[in-house]
Amino acid sequence: MSAGNGFDPKSAPYLDSIEVVEVQRGPEPGGVGGVYRAFGETLRGLKTTMARLIEGPMTIEYPEEKTPVYPRFRGRHKLHKFEDTGLEKCVGCSLCAAACPADCIRVVAAENIPGERVSAGERFAAVYEINLSRCIFCGYCEIACPFDAITMGHDYEMADYDRRDLIFTKEMLLAESVERTPLKSEGE
Amino acid sequence: MLPFADTTFAEETWIMVVKSIVIFAVIFGILPILTVVERKLIGRFQHRYGPNRVGPYGLLQPLADVGKLISKESFRPENATKTLFILGPLLPVLAGVLSLAIIPWGDVQGGVGFYGIDVPIGILYFFAVGSIAFYGLLLGGWSSGSKYSLLGAMRSAAQLISYEVSMGLALLGVVMMSGSLSLVSIVHSQGEMWFIVPQLVGFLIFMLAGFAETNRTPFDMPEADAELVQGFMTEYGGMRFGSFLLVEYMEILVVSGIAAAMFLGGWMGPGPSWLDPIWMLTKMLGLVLVFIWIRATLPRLRYDQLMTLGWKILLPLATLNVLVTAILVVVW
Repeated sequence: MSAGNGFDPKSAPYLDSIEVVEVQRGPEPGGVGGVYRAFGETLRGLKTTMARLIEGPMTIEYPEEKTPVYPRFRGRHKLHKFEDTGLEKCVGCSLCAAACPADCIRVVAAENIPGERVSAGERFAAVYEINLSRCIFCGYCEIACPFDAITMGHDYEMADYDRRDLIFTKEMLLAESVERTPLKSEGE
Repeated sequence: MLPFADTTFAEETWIMVVKSIVIFAVIFGILPILTVVERKLIGRFQHRYGPNRVGPYGLLQPLADVGKLISKESFRPENATKTLFILGPLLPVLAGVLSLAIIPWGDVQGGVGFYGIDVPIGILYFFAVGSIAFYGLLLGGWSSGSKYSLLGAMRSAAQLISYEVSMGLALLGVVMMSGSLSLVSIVHSQGEMWFIVPQLVGFLIFMLAGFAETNRTPFDMPEADAELVQGFMTEYGGMRFGSFLLVEYMEILVVSGIAAAMFLGGWMGPGPSWLDPIWMLTKMLGLVLVFIWIRATLPRLRYDQLMTLGWKILLPLATLNVLVTAILVVVW
């Protein structure tokens, strides 16, 4: 590999010869050859645009079509219940609130009264609120939770007109959320 | 006095009136559709859909656009020259409509010529009227009292001078081969072979100059939005701005029409004679699609490149084309 400008890579031992890249320069513009090349390049450009036309649009028309998300996509949170007993998984330990960097989770725990059990543990979350206008969707709450009571869902359509409406209560988080977002299929 | 072309017949006045109305209606029916087609096609060229929200397939988009433009204020800057500022957008519209008259849509059938008017000086008329359009552009730019408008107007003047010459020379070859300036007789003389075959160079030069004449990319220097905001249109708003836009599309149609008549055999095509106007329209719209395709492909030329292309390449090439054609016409 020799550079055309008389530069010998071996004279510069600190340079690995692979790193020396010859600069590719096109022919000088102008003249009859320049006109010919410009014309040829124009035709090439026309071919390129026509190929794009034939490929067709790749727009996803958002409100009607939605981009599928990955299964690990971190959307709006969900609280879970045990499927067999119907008891809440959350025991009000506040580990999620402690892990939250945005400080957007508020948990107030209360003792379970026998006969009126709310959760499977000793205590339960009397108040569980997530302020979604502060949440940064980092997913630390999901990692911190020892009982898999809170997970990140796939819903990303959370725009609202009032900031107060973005504070999600326990009932809202527990409710079976509408599946508004398509999931990416295998290999997509 | 030398007869330039044979005027074989004269028509009744009411036929002329009906013809004008029909041509007007057809062209002004096509123009709005053309704007949507252009935007949709440019979109497709860029992997997009283009406008598709207003009406079926976005076909009502021009209606919405015009509605918006009409409802806008027709703003006039304080230091603008009033009369000239108002005259600016009117002249190009007038010129565009006037040049529509000479586009031949068909032969004389049943005592009616399928064209606005068969002027014996055909192409000269086209050039003369086309230059009036540039007056409007220049006046509009100059009278706006804005530096961007002035610069845009100056550029368009320079561009006009540079490309009008090559355009005329490119058509001269066809004129020599057919021996007439009248567009109708030029189409007639293409019975055996369309002039695009012997005059391919002329056709390419004419189309290139046509892009420049209509201020389309890659020659949209007068309105170069990156450096001149909107060039001569900068200070215009509302429907005055809209009429400049309208003129651009009208000029595209006119240039395509002239090119179709001079190089692509005009109304000639297979089928019965009543199909003639359809053939002409098809050829015209085909050329319009080329305009759009080029716009989607090429970036704007730099000012010096524009001048170089006009004077150093197109002009010598067009002159050479005329010279060779002249020799061949004499020899044959």
